Amino acid sequence: MKALNVSLNNRTPSLLRDFDWFTLLLYILMVTAGVISIYAASYDFDQASLLNADEFSGKQIRWIGLAGILAFFIMLIDPRMFETYASPIYVVTLILLLITPFIAHDIKGSRSWISFGSMSLQPAEFAKCATALALAKLFSGYQFSLNAKLSNYVRAILIIVLPIVLILAQNETGTALTFMALFFVLYREGMSGLILFAALMAVTIFVCAVKFTDSTVLGMPSGEFWIMVAVAVIITSMTLIYERTLRVVRNVFCGIAAVCLACWALSAWFGTELRALPIGLGTIGVTAAYLIFEALRTGKRALLIPAATAVLSIGFMFSVGAAFNHLQPHQQQRIKVVLGIEDDPRGAGYNVNQSKIAIGSGGFTGKGFLNGTQTKLKYVPEQHTDFIFCTIGEEEGFVGALTVTFLFLAMILRIIHLAERQPTTFGRVYAYCVASYLIFHFCINIGMVIGLCPVIGIPLPFFSYGGSSLWGFTILLFILLKIDAARKRKRV
Amino acid sequence: MRKNYNLEKRKYVIAAFILIIAGIYLWRLYDLQINDARYKESADSNAFLRKTVYPSRGLIYDRDSMLIVYNQPAYDVMIIPKDLTQFDSVDFCNTLNIDLPVLRERFADLRRSPGYSAYTPQRLISQLSSQDYGRLQEKLYRFPGVFIQKRIIRQYNVSSAANILGNIREVSGEDVKRDAYYQAGDYTGDLGVEKSYETYLRGQKGMEILIRDARGRIQGRYEDGAKDVPAISGHDLYLSIDMRLQQYAESLMVGKRGAVVAIQPKTGEILCMVSAPGYDPRLLVGRERGKNYKMLAQDESWPLFDRALMGAYPPGSTFKPTQGLILLQENIITPQTAYPCYHGYINGGLRVGCHSHGSPLPLKPALQTSCNAFFCWGFKAMIDRRSKYGSSAKAFEVWKNHLVSMGYGYKLGVDLPGESRGFIPNAAFYDKFYKEGRWSANTIISVSIGQGEILATPLQIANLCATVANRGWFITPHVVRNIQDCPLPETSTAVRRPTIDPKWYDEVAQGMRMAVTGGTCRRAALPGIEVAGKTGTAQNPHGKDHSAFMGFAPYENPEIAIAVYVENAGFGATYGVPIGSLVMEKYLTGEISPARKAMETQMLTSTLSYESPKRKSK
Repeated sequence: MKALNVSLNNRTPSLLRDFDWFTLLLYILMVTAGVISIYAASYDFDQASLLNADEFSGKQIRWIGLAGILAFFIMLIDPRMFETYASPIYVVTLILLLITPFIAHDIKGSRSWISFGSMSLQPAEFAKCATALALAKLFSGYQFSLNAKLSNYVRAILIIVLPIVLILAQNETGTALTFMALFFVLYREGMSGLILFAALMAVTIFVCAVKFTDSTVLGMPSGEFWIMVAVAVIITSMTLIYERTLRVVRNVFCGIAAVCLACWALSAWFGTELRALPIGLGTIGVTAAYLIFEALRTGKRALLIPAATAVLSIGFMFSVGAAFNHLQPHQQQRIKVVLGIEDDPRGAGYNVNQSKIAIGSGGFTGKGFLNGTQTKLKYVPEQHTDFIFCTIGEEEGFVGALTVTFLFLAMILRIIHLAERQPTTFGRVYAYCVASYLIFHFCINIGMVIGLCPVIGIPLPFFSYGGSSLWGFTILLFILLKIDAARKRKRV
Repeated sequence: MRKNYNLEKRKYVIAAFILIIAGIYLWRLYDLQINDARYKESADSNAFLRKTVYPSRGLIYDRDSMLIVYNQPAYDVMIIPKDLTQFDSVDFCNTLNIDLPVLRERFADLRRSPGYSAYTPQRLISQLSSQDYGRLQEKLYRFPGVFIQKRIIRQYNVSSAANILGNIREVSGEDVKRDAYYQAGDYTGDLGVEKSYETYLRGQKGMEILIRDARGRIQGRYEDGAKDVPAISGHDLYLSIDMRLQQYAESLMVGKRGAVVAIQPKTGEILCMVSAPGYDPRLLVGRERGKNYKMLAQDESWPLFDRALMGAYPPGSTFKPTQGLILLQENIITPQTAYPCYHGYINGGLRVGCHSHGSPLPLKPALQTSCNAFFCWGFKAMIDRRSKYGSSAKAFEVWKNHLVSMGYGYKLGVDLPGESRGFIPNAAFYDKFYKEGRWSANTIISVSIGQGEILATPLQIANLCATVANRGWFITPHVVRNIQDCPLPETSTAVRRPTIDPKWYDEVAQGMRMAVTGGTCRRAALPGIEVAGKTGTAQNPHGKDHSAFMGFAPYENPEIAIAVYVENAGFGATYGVPIGSLVMEKYLTGEISPARKAMETQMLTSTLSYESPKRKSK
């Protein structure tokens, strides 16, 4: 890297040459596809032209135009300014978030929209950028290291949590949750992977245990069954990570594989009716015990981690299940509604069902542009905003859904690549913030419309209708592109 | 700042995370979009309201193209359960004058029915009265999810021939399973030609595809109706039944139980087919159908039982012509062969009684006088002729096969449902009954005079008569002579030839002619028309003898062949002959000659009394 930099130093850094055109291309593709999808989603049989300013698609084109101007101006700003003004921007944003609920109109219970004439904007969307800048600024401090002292953690977490609290006060749970994505950044910057891992496991186990209770696999709720399978896979992988000598890994893997093989043979040849619960518990329990035994025998404490993971995961799963079943049905219902896991039939449950129907009915190549019945006839709610992916899935089919998925994958991986090539901590941390937001939005939004995630109302970046979301992400992305384009400048 | 290469590797963990999530999502998308076809169906059932357009059912005309059965609109109340939001059931019940529990019960029934779906139209109430229809139509806006569907029900211009016409009923769950054409709530033919010609009559349902939005509002026609399928009307049927003759025959059978079947010999067309007692086909129309059907089904005179083709009776002496034919064909007798009769057949301690007539006598006089002894001797000569057949069993098989070729023992194949096959035993039957080789002609002698195990339907008897009238061939009797825009089924046109030389039929026909001119059915004689006939008096373990008659006229170039069977009416000559001859006369001349008026009046007014009969098994 260093040698390369030296050799390039002879050449004048050029904004145009160092600009990441690939990301810009992805951005343009996604925004364009977004407008077309919005047009399709809000298309009415009677009327419609793409450019009609009264239509969502027309309005979105206006938003995109303004976003383009915004992006252009961002490119003119000296990238050092972002770092310099990160803290004031953050503070101003927090104040704005604080006063928003008092001046905002109540829209469906949410007090997050501030009107400017005919336009309204959500400060919460812009807070993403401010928070990213503030976090990057924190990490770029002289010899800052997250693990150096506890107060560094507190400061980092405070930066993340403050906007969350303020946005929760606006009753925008979904948007508030997106800031949780920044824990990916903390992970990248040194936070123990176990914390992130434990958090992800806890959320996943909780949602699975509560959500997938309708069907059963081998005599136990399918959610719990798949958690057990996942735990078995995870402890094997973890053993592989923490134990370099293959002996223990081999024993664990062979043990679990033998149990699976035996179960398969029993059911296939002898038609034995298997009970997943005792088999799974037994397998995982014996594995954990074996790992503890090996840890004690060889003194490799690292082996206790997979053992602990297994015990804690399964324990957590059953305590969630037990606690949940202990509740009254209406309380269970309430929790499910709050988590967006389930809703009253007219609400999210209906929505997700219809969105699954929309996507599922698309088939391989889709019903064709403007031919989606689910969306045209308004079966899918919020189809131009949070559920925009339905229109793509229905009209463009698996091919369209696959393309959109790949566009997001490409952009996220590209941003990770950009992040890692930043010479400054500020640039790197900021880039990871952008990547984290995109990961979170992508996972939750698409997970929601295909019925895998709780219904958390957040938009699909660049696709969903809405100025705030589009502008927020445009600003996020173009600040990154500006910082990236200036990466070869000599730092003064 | 020095890069921490250890931390830099964490980019792989983050990248792996997003790749794994994307992988899971793509797998899920594959599952939803490509693997699982149910979503496609769900989307279609959401967006497309498929409204069935019912075709008009084919009309039914009689022989003279007189309209007999036609269509009348009726109005069904349909619901789409999913759309029944805020359904005010009390208001609904008041509008239609029904009780709330009845409505609830109806809803419960609906949900249990096999074709139930919350997304498709379901028939809640069928055939509204016009007043109810009017009231509901006015208030329909108050009941979202409820609509009225126009349907077609049958109406009749006559109160006769219910056994031939049949009726329509709502399809059962089994019908729906058996034939994909039907949906719950459809109508299908039940009994009569409505059933046997169902596929012609019903036409082809059409479909209108409407686009419906999430609030259930109709947004238009799918592709402007390009994918709509128009309904195709059913084919009209032209019956061979002469409805006036049918009504006349029915009037003669009032107060009696039995059947009259008249066939045009040359064509096999059934001119009238009466099952007495009958019922008014209009009873099985409309909302009272269920109640009336139950009433008819429980009536101990069995009006729903079509005696003409379901009733299997001992044919008695009307069977004798078949015996003559078989004996001649098998060279057991010649037309000149005479057998003695000393008031009956007396052989080996067996005696079959007979009445007074000359003896010995050949075939024709035997038919004329309906001599039991002649046919017993003949039968014995055949069955016991080991020199020719080897054994009684083999001889009996030959005998049976001839009868089968004449249309006995199996369904004739009339174009009406429910035909009985009658019964002609075979050798194996007697082998089992008496043990092999332990029976001979005398053991089963009564079959030779149409008694014993022999059973035949009035239709089979009429068909025998038509075969004699044709001198040796027949066409399967049928009631439909023409289908609009369609050829008749081959069974209604193909000539069938029994295994008997036609020349022998002439002998039998002469015998039957003699029976009218100077034998048992002198009362069948018509002025100016040569009639041939044969009486039958069938002994009956359940009570008084059945009175039977078969005959055809004119003798040369016959136009009508008839069989009459009156249960428990005594001698063939007392009821069978008069009724048969009156129907023939009515058909051939259009009126009853003055000399025979008294006979007509007697037949029209006489009533037979029946004790509660035990039900015969079919």
